Amino acid sequence: MGKSSKVIEVDKLVVRFSGDSGDGMQLTGTLFSHTSAIYGNDISTFPDFPADIRAPQGTIGGVSGFQVHFGHSGVLTPGDYTDVLVAMNPAALKANAKWMKPGGTIIFDVDSFDEKNLQKAGYKTNDPIVEDKLEGFNIIKAPITTLTRESVKGIDIDNKSILRSKNMYALGLVYWLFNRPIHHTEDFIRNKFARKPEIMEANLRVLQAGHDYGNIIQAVTPSYHISPAEVRKGIYRNLNGNKATAWGFLYAAEKAGLQLFLGSYPITPATEILQELSARKDLGVKVFQAEDEIAGICTAIGASFSGSLGITSTSGPGLALKTEAMGLAVMAEIPLVIVNVQRGGPSTGLPTKTEQADLLQALFGRNGESPLVVMAASTPVNCFDYAYFASKIAVEHMIPVILLTDGFLANGTQQWRVPDEGDFPDIIIPKTNQKPGEFKTYQRDSEKLNRDWVFPGTAGYEHRIGGLEKDAVTGCVSHDGLNHQKMVEIRQEKLERIANYIPKLEIVGDENADLLVVGWGGTYGHLFSAVEELNAEGTKVALAHFNYINPLPANTADVLKRFKKIVVCELNLGQFAGYLRMKHPQYHYHQYNKVQGQPFTIHELKEAFLDLI
Amino acid sequence: METDLKLSYTDFKSDQNVRWCPGCGDHAILNTVQKAMAELGLNKEEVAVISGIGCSSRFTYYMSTYGFHTIHGRGSAIASGVKAANPRLKVWQVTGDGDALAIGGNHFIHSVRRNIDINVLLFNNQIYGLTKGQYSPTSKRGFISKTSPFGTIEHPFRPGELTIGARGHFFARTIDRELKLCVDVFKEGALFEGTSVIEILQNCVIYNDRVHDEITDKQFKDDRTIVLEHEKPMIFGKNRDKGLVLDGIKLKVVTIGNNGVTENDLLVHDAECEDNTMHLKLANMEYPEYPVALGVIRKVKAQVYDQAMEAQIAEIQKGSKIKTFLDLAKEGDVWEVK
Repeated sequence: MGKSSKVIEVDKLVVRFSGDSGDGMQLTGTLFSHTSAIYGNDISTFPDFPADIRAPQGTIGGVSGFQVHFGHSGVLTPGDYTDVLVAMNPAALKANAKWMKPGGTIIFDVDSFDEKNLQKAGYKTNDPIVEDKLEGFNIIKAPITTLTRESVKGIDIDNKSILRSKNMYALGLVYWLFNRPIHHTEDFIRNKFARKPEIMEANLRVLQAGHDYGNIIQAVTPSYHISPAEVRKGIYRNLNGNKATAWGFLYAAEKAGLQLFLGSYPITPATEILQELSARKDLGVKVFQAEDEIAGICTAIGASFSGSLGITSTSGPGLALKTEAMGLAVMAEIPLVIVNVQRGGPSTGLPTKTEQADLLQALFGRNGESPLVVMAASTPVNCFDYAYFASKIAVEHMIPVILLTDGFLANGTQQWRVPDEGDFPDIIIPKTNQKPGEFKTYQRDSEKLNRDWVFPGTAGYEHRIGGLEKDAVTGCVSHDGLNHQKMVEIRQEKLERIANYIPKLEIVGDENADLLVVGWGGTYGHLFSAVEELNAEGTKVALAHFNYINPLPANTADVLKRFKKIVVCELNLGQFAGYLRMKHPQYHYHQYNKVQGQPFTIHELKEAFLDLI
Repeated sequence: METDLKLSYTDFKSDQNVRWCPGCGDHAILNTVQKAMAELGLNKEEVAVISGIGCSSRFTYYMSTYGFHTIHGRGSAIASGVKAANPRLKVWQVTGDGDALAIGGNHFIHSVRRNIDINVLLFNNQIYGLTKGQYSPTSKRGFISKTSPFGTIEHPFRPGELTIGARGHFFARTIDRELKLCVDVFKEGALFEGTSVIEILQNCVIYNDRVHDEITDKQFKDDRTIVLEHEKPMIFGKNRDKGLVLDGIKLKVVTIGNNGVTENDLLVHDAECEDNTMHLKLANMEYPEYPVALGVIRKVKAQVYDQAMEAQIAEIQKGSKIKTFLDLAKEGDVWEVK
């Protein structure tokens, strides 16, 4: 590719596609990240949907964005600030200008910057660049609408279809800007519109025209080059957190030799798990779209009782409704996984935004002494791993598990390497060694303390379980006080012994650092990046990030005691910090908290850590 | 045929002491369920008894089959999960008027709507027994109880009307002390593929004694109830001289011999008629205007949820190249790094 313009060699870049919710920005962003991933870059993406289903066209409320962070390697977050913004209308510019990096590039469709649209976006003048003080940026005013129309001349399609292909123009231009090949997207277009040859031809032409436009304006515009990283051999694909979660369950059920059963009710931002598994009849998944959240978990409990891997998916308000049934699963000691894709709360809260404020609900939100496993995924693609291990723990220890993810992980995308056979350990069903006719429901494994799992249908092992307390030996209903205490203690001990079967907590960064940053769940990318950058700049900071919360990793105290200062960072008011104070009261915990429905920024974290040191 | 039975009804009894109050209608129901299971030739291991909370829900512990005593109102949802996940099990749900129609009303109507193959035994004693005497959603208006000391001001549910309103395909009614009728309708419900709701008029000897006596007492029963049989004329009465006819759009009780009425003028019961209007009228009959309908009121074949779920999976699997998870993971938008 002969390029005469200035080429900037960089490690990482953030590009944000932004437009009206009908402008196809999610697709544009997805296609761009796909091409970058295939090229060999590390990627992390974050879609930012409008909260309303259809906000008025051209307004800030209707702006839909898709941010892609890509780089040579080590890309762990979708990025705080944007290097390149594509704005399809004035509202998109208005909504995103404050997130621009100094010296960045703004591409906008100058055709859409008419008086009406400027007004709808809230501009008071006809010059948004001056009004928002954007003169310092590299501005590309591209007549995208006009040139899109121009390039499809002679193709017999309606006006609506022409306007719909504008996003391909922007995408073609961005491909030029980053030296990316357009053929992956061409393949996609050919495949998607195989039955609509006019639309296919139009989109192909518009994409090419956008790319060519870059060549035309190259004298005035720098382009960027990011070299591909060396990555482990294998088959790769892009995956978001919700799909990764659903897939982790698919793989776990297959490895355990169990039928997968999902009982669920649609709720933002967890619905995609329900949708993804509903489509997987090819793998024999049974999905029960229940009448409510309670029936979602209850059908899953019924399925587990009858010999399936029962799971239920939800978000905060739904978890609240499932509370009583979780207690039943604790009491009946059956395997069950409850996924909570956390969103802003309380009540309906901020359904499309991210938060980590359901931790205490997950840990303690039940009547009685009701211990269950709580764990949390920390990147979009490791939702796969933690869904797998949540299932493994549930089955092997006969205990319900709450898996916490969040809106940020659920919608964020990364490239994912398809596992090889043997990458994941087997899942062993705790079948019984007891003799038929003498089955004791609560006879336990001496190590794990789990009871045996016998599926109904097995002759000679008929038994009854339920929510009433049972005698530790006979398994019959018992109201005896001493027996109750014994059973309460056994259920707690069974949970605590799981610490012997989970990985130890690792310290990332300098073990002799002055400050230990502690986090859990979906904040990993931001915390890691902040810690890494500070270390690179000469400040000694370490990170301990938790995926297992109940029980905590066995070496938690060993890690905490090494550091003079500990700061616990969470997207809530300090729930994990409070939990650590309860479990390990001998240490002092500083807190850094944010509850704005948005992830941390690396910038704010670094400032907070420097303040503490 | 008794001689062909593999198990006797006592084989379905667990080793637990039955702890319902002496004289409670539940004892008789337990015995007749066990008898029905024995006569159906069921094996213990293929039966799962699911219950919610309430006196009736302790039923699970008194059976020697698989069982799950769950939480209040959720029996329908848990039974739905058991049957959908493992259709080879014979799922019996034991519930009461509070468990199924108050706290569990939503799950109840939806399991009926889906037509999952579950046999629902709905013990209706018009009272909360386990919490010692509060009115229930089936208590008659004006009923005096601990929480309605001046009489209830609520309209009661009629379980048959609710079942049929939820597009139910099987509804039957029986009385706890009518042992033969119980065994018959339990068996018919068990053999029906789909949700079969069986309302059992059950006597709570402590908190609502004799609530059904005005119709169930031996003295009046024949005149105040009608046992419906498929394709048989709707005839009842101690002297078999009363019957039902349609008068305009309403049912009417007539006496054979009066005004020239003969048996041929009576309605003939068609439990298998898909149109539910007549079933609704029959299910809603109340004393004293009408006899209360017993037996199988509605029994109509329809798609069964758990069967359809398996059939759909089998159909998709037949045409799919994806046989394992890794097939799926490697399909579509993937790229290889070599």
